[in-house]
Amino acid sequence: MVDPVIASRLQFAVTTIVHIVFPVMSMGLAPFLIYFTWKEIRTGEEIYEQLRRFWVKIFAVSFVVGTVTGLVLEFEFGTNFAAFSTFAGELFGGPLATEGMMAFMLEATFLGIFIYGRDRVSDAFYFLSSVLVGLGTWLSAVWILIANSWMQTPRGYELVSEGGEQMVRLTDPLAAYFNPRFQYMFLHMQNSAVESVALFMAGVAAYFVYKHYVRGDEVENAAFWVKTLKIAIVALVITAPLQVIHGDLYARHVYETQPQKFAAMEALWETETYVPEYIVAFPTDLSQILDPRAKELLGIGIPGGASWLASGGDPQAEIQGLNSFETEAPPVALVFWAFRIMVGLGFWFILLAFWASYRWFRGELVEDDLLHKAFMGSSLLGIVAVETGWIVTEVGRQPWVIQDVMLTEHSVSPGLTGAEATFTLAGFVGGYVLLLALYTYVIRRIIQEGPPEISDDGVEPSVDAPAEAEVSVDD
Amino acid sequence: MTDLASATLFGLPLPEIWFGLVFFILGMFLFLDGFDFGIGILFATRNDDHEKETLFAAIGPFWDGNEVWLVVFGGALFAAFPEVYANLFSRYYLLMFAILAALGLRGLSPEMYEEREDDQWRRYWGWAFVVGSALTPFLLGMFAINWLTGVPGIVSIPGVLGGLAVVALTIADGAAFLGLKTRGSLRDDASAYGIRAVVAYLGLVALTLVAIYVTTPALQSALLSLPVIALVLLSAALVAGYLVATRRGEYLAAFASTAGLVFGLVTVIAVTMFPVVDRATGLTVTEGIVSTLPLNIMTIMMALLLPIVLSYFGVLYSVFSGPIEAEETYG
Repeated sequence: MVDPVIASRLQFAVTTIVHIVFPVMSMGLAPFLIYFTWKEIRTGEEIYEQLRRFWVKIFAVSFVVGTVTGLVLEFEFGTNFAAFSTFAGELFGGPLATEGMMAFMLEATFLGIFIYGRDRVSDAFYFLSSVLVGLGTWLSAVWILIANSWMQTPRGYELVSEGGEQMVRLTDPLAAYFNPRFQYMFLHMQNSAVESVALFMAGVAAYFVYKHYVRGDEVENAAFWVKTLKIAIVALVITAPLQVIHGDLYARHVYETQPQKFAAMEALWETETYVPEYIVAFPTDLSQILDPRAKELLGIGIPGGASWLASGGDPQAEIQGLNSFETEAPPVALVFWAFRIMVGLGFWFILLAFWASYRWFRGELVEDDLLHKAFMGSSLLGIVAVETGWIVTEVGRQPWVIQDVMLTEHSVSPGLTGAEATFTLAGFVGGYVLLLALYTYVIRRIIQEGPPEISDDGVEPSVDAPAEAEVSVDD
Repeated sequence: MTDLASATLFGLPLPEIWFGLVFFILGMFLFLDGFDFGIGILFATRNDDHEKETLFAAIGPFWDGNEVWLVVFGGALFAAFPEVYANLFSRYYLLMFAILAALGLRGLSPEMYEEREDDQWRRYWGWAFVVGSALTPFLLGMFAINWLTGVPGIVSIPGVLGGLAVVALTIADGAAFLGLKTRGSLRDDASAYGIRAVVAYLGLVALTLVAIYVTTPALQSALLSLPVIALVLLSAALVAGYLVATRRGEYLAAFASTAGLVFGLVTVIAVTMFPVVDRATGLTVTEGIVSTLPLNIMTIMMALLLPIVLSYFGVLYSVFSGPIEAEETYG
């Protein structure tokens, strides 16, 4: 039987790791869908209707799975983290309720119109629906990240004693909601969602472009996929550099507000000056994978880089080591390696963006098979970067559930038994593996089916029409 | 800010208002997602592929939005009564996860069903849809009655009876909605099931109340209070109204009477529970309520957002009003 605290934490980790995939898909797809709908209505070109209808299918499935997994997350605050919910409910419940009313309702109701209502409403209203669905997904992020960022940099509260128990009392809602971390988190998350979806689109499109132009296998709708690839590259050129530049500001902010997390990101145990930033770090001993210590790793580093990152330009700056904090260190290996994977991927995406733009500029976009393969291989790496980023954020904050206010070990429901928690944990692991398998299966089928046929009479063909009956629009 | 922290907005009895609001939101969920559940259960009675497709098409544009009322129920309870949220959800730990699993099955199965055409696949996901649609209201009914009685375990006689009552109510709800969305034999069959379900509901809800009376002495006087008796009589009248309306083919009236029945049920639960908000801990509404500043802020948010959200639903239901056309499907 797993200890209820450990089981609850693992269960929450599994839930969030799986859940975040779906909001990333829907938040990232939203601006593309608004653009496709706009162009479809303005230009009347079939390719934009195809783009809209193809990607809306993926959006719809992601939304359904995101609802299922998101509701679980909301409930888990009550079921598994009752002590936390009682302690901080005053700050935490409000944003969650507001998210439901302000954002989720908007998204879910107008999504009905966006998916099913093309022929039932005017063009203007249909376009408005696409905007409101997108707005809903982004507003969701606002309120969820308000709740999360408050746990990283809590503000606008005081601790009071009620019935012999300490509780958080909200004193200044604006300071609490727009705490210092919020803006960093929101920009970083939203930009990464668009970047991840751009990479996913590019990867899928590159597969068909490669098949058609390089391998010479006839692909229906080859023009559709070239268009998709180009749109994705434009999005990547904008988001990839922004993510890394913004990440640099974010890291500095983390050092200022959560020095213990920053030290874990750098695996720095002793307080030092002139700390290098290891771009690549190789363990010289297997034990160093699980227990990385910056000093002992063989690394290619920028001298003074970490000091520079933390201080905003001073390579001599002193950085507090993990040993200087009273609480135990977070799981350093996980944070250290996750941070490196995320940053490494961030730079790789910039390279990919410039490589693709160069080829496009030279008119060689459809011929460069190495580029196509790089895109195919990177199609899911945006999501990997998001996952590792969240691992840095959430694991790096340990042992605190609310930074410097509440320890994670004190946040779990007092009445929860090991048997209950182990049972649901096992159920989650099994259920979520199945869920991810089904999601992957559905997405694969949507991709294999390709963009929908647009018939001349304007009537949408039934979705049940066999794939063979589809006629390519560009031949 | 100091004004907002010192007294409730306009001196309103906000703890009581939020207690009512939480049950109103639960009622919205049971009524709106209720017809999705009912249609999901009636799915089991259909053999014809086209009819099954029509049932999916009937709920297609709506169910996502309907389900969000459960998200908001959780959020509102958390925001207004954080301690109740924490105690209740952790006390009925396995029940909450069973609800989530059933709801997940209901949400995923139509997507999966549409994915492939082979018989075995469709039979499997069709049943998953039925099971998810039947289990969710059953477990939610159990949850609501357990919340009222405060029993320590998950399975109790009043809880099971209450669960069955809610299932019957969703079938009546779904049948009335199908009256508005379908034609011909599908509609006639649905109406026949709806009539039986609404009568069964009345019997089951009466049995549930008797079971609560017998097992929970603390609630006896509340159950015999005037409002509860009046609501039970009103429910009986609404059941009669449903029967008459369905026989006459006035499906909107039948649908409206299920709305009355749902809100009648949640009001009975709320009135019987009040002023306690969590019987197991004895916490009252005024003890469990969040402190004044967040309470006022949430009240302002709700006052602004609730009419807007209701208008979204007005738009959605008017865009998709009227019976399903032959070519409409779920995907």
